[in-house]
This record gives sequence, C-alpha cells and structure tokens, in this order.
Amino acid sequence: MNAIIVSTLLGVIMMFCSWGIKNQKTHQAIALVGFFVLILSNLAQLNGWFVINFDTKGMLAFTRFGLFVNTLFFILTFIYIWLNGEEITKFDNQAADFYALFFFILCGASILTSFDNLLMLFIGIEILSIPLYILTGADKKNLFSNEAALKYFLMGSFSTGILLLGITFIYGATGSFHLIAPMLKPDTGLPSEQMILSAGLLLVFAAMNFKVSAAPFHFWTPDVYDGAPTVFTSFMATIVKAAGFIAFITIFHSQSKALGHTWELILSFVIIATLLVGNIVAVFQRSVKRMLAYSSIAQAGFMLFALYGKSSFAEEGIILYAVVYSLATMGVFGVLIKMKENSFEAFHGLAKSNPLLAFVTTIFLFSLAGIPLTGGFFAKYYMLNALYAAGAGLWLIIIAILFAAVSIYYYFKLVQAMYFVSGEPNMHVLSKKYTYTLLAMAILLLILGVFPSLLFNYLYF
Amino acid sequence: MLISFLLLPILTAIVLLFVKKDTMASSLAIGASIATLALAVFASFNTLAAFDMAWLPSLNSRFTLQVDGLAKILILLTAISLPAILISTAHNEYKQKNIFLSLLLFTQAGLMGVFLAGDALLFYFFWELALIPVYFLCSIWGGEKRIAITFKFFIYTFLGSLFMLIGILFLNAHTEAHSFSIQAFIHANLTNGQKITAFALFFIAFAIKMPIFPLHTWQPDTYEQSPTAVTMVMSAVMVKMGLYGILRWLLPLFPVAFAAHTNVVVIISVLGIMYASFIAIRQDDIKRLIAYSSIAHIGLMNAAIFTGTGIAIQGALIQLFSHGINVLGLWIIADILEQQTGTRSMQQMGGLAKKQPTLAILLVGFALANIAMPLTNAFVGEFLMFNGLFILNPWIAAFAGISIILAAIYTLNMVQKVAYGEISEKINAMPAPNKAAQAVLIILLIIVFVTGLYPEPLFTLTADTLEQLLAK
Repeated sequence: MNAIIVSTLLGVIMMFCSWGIKNQKTHQAIALVGFFVLILSNLAQLNGWFVINFDTKGMLAFTRFGLFVNTLFFILTFIYIWLNGEEITKFDNQAADFYALFFFILCGASILTSFDNLLMLFIGIEILSIPLYILTGADKKNLFSNEAALKYFLMGSFSTGILLLGITFIYGATGSFHLIAPMLKPDTGLPSEQMILSAGLLLVFAAMNFKVSAAPFHFWTPDVYDGAPTVFTSFMATIVKAAGFIAFITIFHSQSKALGHTWELILSFVIIATLLVGNIVAVFQRSVKRMLAYSSIAQAGFMLFALYGKSSFAEEGIILYAVVYSLATMGVFGVLIKMKENSFEAFHGLAKSNPLLAFVTTIFLFSLAGIPLTGGFFAKYYMLNALYAAGAGLWLIIIAILFAAVSIYYYFKLVQAMYFVSGEPNMHVLSKKYTYTLLAMAILLLILGVFPSLLFNYLYF
Repeated sequence: MLISFLLLPILTAIVLLFVKKDTMASSLAIGASIATLALAVFASFNTLAAFDMAWLPSLNSRFTLQVDGLAKILILLTAISLPAILISTAHNEYKQKNIFLSLLLFTQAGLMGVFLAGDALLFYFFWELALIPVYFLCSIWGGEKRIAITFKFFIYTFLGSLFMLIGILFLNAHTEAHSFSIQAFIHANLTNGQKITAFALFFIAFAIKMPIFPLHTWQPDTYEQSPTAVTMVMSAVMVKMGLYGILRWLLPLFPVAFAAHTNVVVIISVLGIMYASFIAIRQDDIKRLIAYSSIAHIGLMNAAIFTGTGIAIQGALIQLFSHGINVLGLWIIADILEQQTGTRSMQQMGGLAKKQPTLAILLVGFALANIAMPLTNAFVGEFLMFNGLFILNPWIAAFAGISIILAAIYTLNMVQKVAYGEISEKINAMPAPNKAAQAVLIILLIIVFVTGLYPEPLFTLTADTLEQLLAK
C-alpha cells in the first residue's frame, strides 16, 4: 500500500523537478533520496504503519512475501540508479523524466507483488509496461532504438490484449476476478465452464510468458534488448523481469490446479523451449549485448522452475534468483556500457589493463553460469530443488543441467576474451565510484554464494 | 585443527596476491606448503576430532570436516605434492608468478576440502573450487593450444559434476530431515531403481574426473598443454578425487548397485587399461606418454575397487598414495628435461646418463616404480589389486596383467631413449643440474623404496577405512 502510493507521488514530484532545477546531479540526488524514502515507507508497512489505510475490497493483499520482494526491488533499483545515474543523463538533458518513469515502473511492480484480483494484475502490468516503451525509445535520434520501441509497444499491446481476453474468459467461467474464486471444482462446474476457465488460464499463461520472455513468446526480446539503450536494457532485463515472475508465480501457484496434469506438461514444454532457445542461440552471438539478451531468456527458463509447484524452495528460490540474477546482469551490463562497442573483441586484454574490473566481471559471469561460491550457484540449486520438490521428473532436471553446461560456453567466452587474449580494450574512462560500486556488487554475490540464507531470513521474522 | 588444512593455503594464497617479488612469493608459498605438510604428518599419526558448524540452516547443510584413514592418506599425498612441486619448479619462469602460486595454493585448499568434507553439499563445493583455479592456471600459463583444450577439460568435468549435483539433490530429498551428511545419505530411503539412478549420476562425475575410458579424451591434451607444475597437481592428486569419490560416497551409499555393476565397470576399465597402454607405446612426447600411462594405472585402481574384494580395495588404498608419489617423480623429471632441453620429444633426447648421471639414475628408479617392480611401492599395491581381480575372474586378471608387460615396454623404452644411446645435441646443451629438484626427487625415491620394503604404516593408516567399507 505504502509503496504504491509513495512511488506514484514521488514519480509526480520527479516529473516536475526539471522545471525548477536544471542541474542533472541534483536530479539524481533527488531520485536516490526518493528511492530511499520508498524503501523506508515499504519497511514501515512491514511494521504495520500505513501512509493511508483503506479497504481495497480484497483487490490487493499485502503479504510478507510481497512486501519483502518490494523492498528488494527498491534496493536493487537504488543500486541501479547509483551505478548508472551518470549514463542516464547522457541521453537527454532531462534525466528527471527518466527517474519519474522508474518510479512509475516500481509502482507497477509493487502492484504486481500484491494483487489479489485479476484486474489489478492487468493494471499493474500496464503501469509497468508503458514507461518501458518510452525508455526503450529514449535514444531519440537512433533508428534502432525507435524501431525497438515501436516493436516492443506493438507486441506488448498485443500480449496485453491476450491477457485481457484470458481474464474475460476466467470471469465468464467463474463470475469473479478474485484469485481464490476461479477454482471451479470438477463436480460443481459445468463442462463448458471448465473448458472456458482452462482456456482463460492458458491465455493468461501465454501473455505472462510474453512478459517474462519465455519461449515461444520470446521473439521480441533480442531485438528490443539490443535496440534499447544499454543502460535501460539492464533495467528491463533484471528488475522488470523479476517483477513479472513474481506476478506469474502468484497467479499460477494458486490456479495451476484447475489445469490438472496438463499444467505440468505445458510448463515442461515452455521450460525446455526457453532453455533451448536461450542457450543455443546465445552460443552463436557475436555481440555481447545480444548474447546477454539470449542469456536472459535462458535464465528465465530457470526461473520458470519456481512455477512448477508451491513449496518453500520455490518462494525462497525465486527471491534469491531474482536478486542474484539482477545483480550479476546489471554488473555485466554495467561493464558493457563502458565499452565503446558491443563485440567480444572489445573485452580483449581487459585483465591486463584493468585487473580489478576483469575480476569483477568474472564474478558476475560465474554467478550467471552458476559456479559455486557465487550466489548464482545457490539460486540454481534452489530452483532445481523446487522443481524436484514439486514432483517433476529427474529427466527435466537433467535437461536443465545439460543446458546449464551449455551456458558455461558463452559466459566463459567472455572470460576468455578478458584473460587469455591480448589486446587493448576499447573503453570509456571509468570513475572510481563506478568501479567500487561494481566491486561491492560482486562482493555481495560472493557473500550470497556462501550464505544465501542471509537473504531470506527476513522473510520469516 | 582440521580447518587449518583449508585456512593455511587459502590465507597464504590471498597474501600471495599482494607479494609482487618473485623470489619472496616463491619462498612464502614453499614455506606455507611445508607447514601444511607438517600438519598432515601430525594428522596421520593422531586421531583428530571432526570440525562441525552450522552453514546453511535453510538447506540443512553443515560445514562438517572429518578425517579417516582414506582421507589421511590423500591429505598426506596432497601435502607432500605441493612442496615437492613448488621446490622443483621454483626456477621456472612464469609471468606474474605470485598469482600462479596463489592459484596453486587455492587448488590445494580445494583438494583438502574435497578429502575432508563430511557433508555432500560441502563436498560438491570444494569439488568445484579445486577445478576453477586449475582452469585459470592452464588457460593463462599453458602451451599454445591451451585455451580450447582447457575449455574442453573444464566443460567436461563441470558437466560431470553437475550430474553429481543432481544425485546429491536427489538423495537429499529422500533422507530424513533433508540432511546432507554422509550418514544420512547412507540411510536414505530409496527403492532399488532409484539407487541405480543415483549411482549412475554420481558415477559419471567420478568417471570423468579419474578419467576412465571412454571418458578420458580431455586428459592427454590437458596434461600436455598445462604448465608442468599444474599437470603434476592434476596427475598426482586431482585424478584421485574420482577414486576417492568412489570409495567415500559410491561404495558406502549404494553397495547393492555397486555390486550389480562390477562386471561392466571392471571390463570397461580393463579395456581402458589396454587401450591406454597401447597408445602410450606409440608416444614420442614424454608428457603424453606419462599421461597415457597414468590413465592405465588409474583404470587398474578403478577395476580393483569395483571388484569389491577386501584385498583389492586394500591394494587400491595403498596405490592411491604410491601412484601419486611415482607419477610425481616422473613429472618432475619430465619437467627438468623440458626446461633444460627445450623439447618434449624423446627422439631428440638420448645419452642423459652420460651428461647428468644422477638424473638418469633417478629416472630409472621411478621407471621401475612405474612398472611395479618388487621392492618398489607400486608392487605392493598392484600385487594386491591383481590378487583381487584374480578372485573375481582369472581371465580379467590375465588381460589386466598384460598391462604390466605393456607398461614395461613403454616405460623401459622411454628410459632407453632418454638415458642411453649417443648424447644428442639437446641433451649436450643442458645446463648444470637443478640441485633443488634432484633433492626432491631423491626424497621421493626414498619414499618409493621405504614404502615398498615396509608398507606396514600405510596398511595401519588405512585399516579403519577398509574395515568400514567391508562391513557393508
């Protein structure tokens, strides 16, 4: 509740900031203070203190899980802005507008972590998506950026249409938008109602797959991620995607039973397709940015495991995965932003010219690949465990593992470019603050790699 | 106490990152490794309490280190190897030597962790930690084709260990209270079919690591391309991780599935032994020859363990240590030859006995150990292992026995080409003998003959493990 209200207010304030204040640095400072206030207000709700409290008629439900995820999203966004503030100002002389958009995105994300009604899901998704279309086209004079924005907008609207259709079907079958209600029981519902409900759920499933870029609904991802300015890709691929997953899990942990065993079949198909497309295509990429786009599809495949069934592993796992994956991806993108080109060649010889940066990038890549001692290992382990705990067959786990081994190939290609090929990296000047922020993120990943439970201890206390 | 086996190498490795001066870095690394050796010697004669603390409460995994005869013998081997390697290669030139040494010590810590871990997840953790420094060591300091070859090696072994991870996850889900401890795993509640699945998942990881035929293809290339100091670690200690895994996890966890696979595994191993030995005969590159010879020896140990007979397992336990010492000696000699002559081709060597008689004598000594001549340490182990194989099936023992003859052919051939004959140009151009390395070799050779004549201490050391294994 607090997060939704405060983020909206802050977004509006941020929008009007550029009127009075012209200094970009001040905008960033205001935004950072804003995120801090947002975190505090959200924590305040965890302790039972509300900015405004009113009855949402069961449309929103604030669980400890949702609020905790909110906090993590806000902290991650704070880190993101802290790291990338400088880069954001480069696009336009009105960075304040962009910060306002970030606040709106977070407003959408906080709805997605707390909705209990399919209409709120729709609203949340829209609030989250529309600012993203703008961010994708932020580089106004770049044709690729324009193209990506248009593509994203058209495809995104289409998938929202499918989502609405699905919601309508569910309403038609059950007469309610509430998440608890659509559980038609086999003996009470008419066969036609059952069918319409299943169709509705499947349409929602397809639309959500689009939002989290799972195959076979992933086609927009590489183009949009590649076309969008790198700094915004970094946000889209991490926090936004994670928010999408939280919503995805909220719906289907409660609703998947209506689909019976078909659910496991369909989900297994999507998981395998996503892992296959993401990993195999990533292997052949020449551009690091496109490789990361496909890698984000592949990682989505792993996050889908949490959908398979409800368990503590799934809930803890998705939190851990979201945080670890976001940190690592933001880190790699952070290094990529400072390169003058996106190819693997740009990274040649980085270990020699800037050993610290190369080391930090290696940690990020190790984490994405799931090597022990980095957070990525436990994230993957929790996901596999969630899959097994939900009753999936060993064969699915073995397939997942095979693809995890494939992912080593393209992540390590970057490690090889940095360490084993000599050359002069073609990069912009790095500020001390930038390097140390990246280092701090890497250290965080290492800490999570040894004590992952630090993260979700707070979930229960 | 046990934790110091991890802390000592790790802390030294971290300090080494900041020591820029080569000689200082070298002496620091040697000092630390000798201190570890002293600890290991102390540990082998004393009973040490297990180290246990909470690690991942949400997963129910504990940071448990424990030690028994099997672990002791391998820790001793690891602890002997490191100073031997560091001293004998102290004069080799490496760019950024402090980082090289630091990564070697990280590897040592990983290996110690593997041998000490009493918790499956922790075991997996160290299993990977031992691999990652090696990846960088080989890729940065290796030979010409190092990058592609090391990458193959890395993906191969990583894939193997991922299978083991599934196995761990699978067993963990079937234990009471979802524990990762060995004891809980032994009492896991599995049907026979599930046991065979889990057995296969673990076995793939160990088989790739050893490696046994036909999963060995990463090995000769990697050994050839790696800097020799790293090859020594891999060949003397790292491949033992696979055998250790079988003795520590596979055999106690799935005795029935283990027995059911005896014939398949033994036959594959024996085929592998013959295959590797025949290829070794054809090698001209001294490093590749030792690599293939090592595959043959490891294959024999694997076959012996899988017979499940007490006598063969006893032999394998002894041989774990002896093979490490022997192969270490051979690698050190190969490294001296490569450093001093600039070639690895045996065609271009010859007449070493006239130029550097001490080195030639040492070479002969280790060569004899490699073919398991009586009086050498390898004889004790191999005799017991062949005995076990004979009990299983005389025919298999006969085929495996051919490997002794084959080993004699390629080993003595190597000795003849390198040590005798006309003095070749390259040998003639060799500089003064490397005294430090020779001293190390002499110590190792003394170990070879002492444990060959009086293996009793090794038997006593491993008695408790053997008893536990046979109780199953």
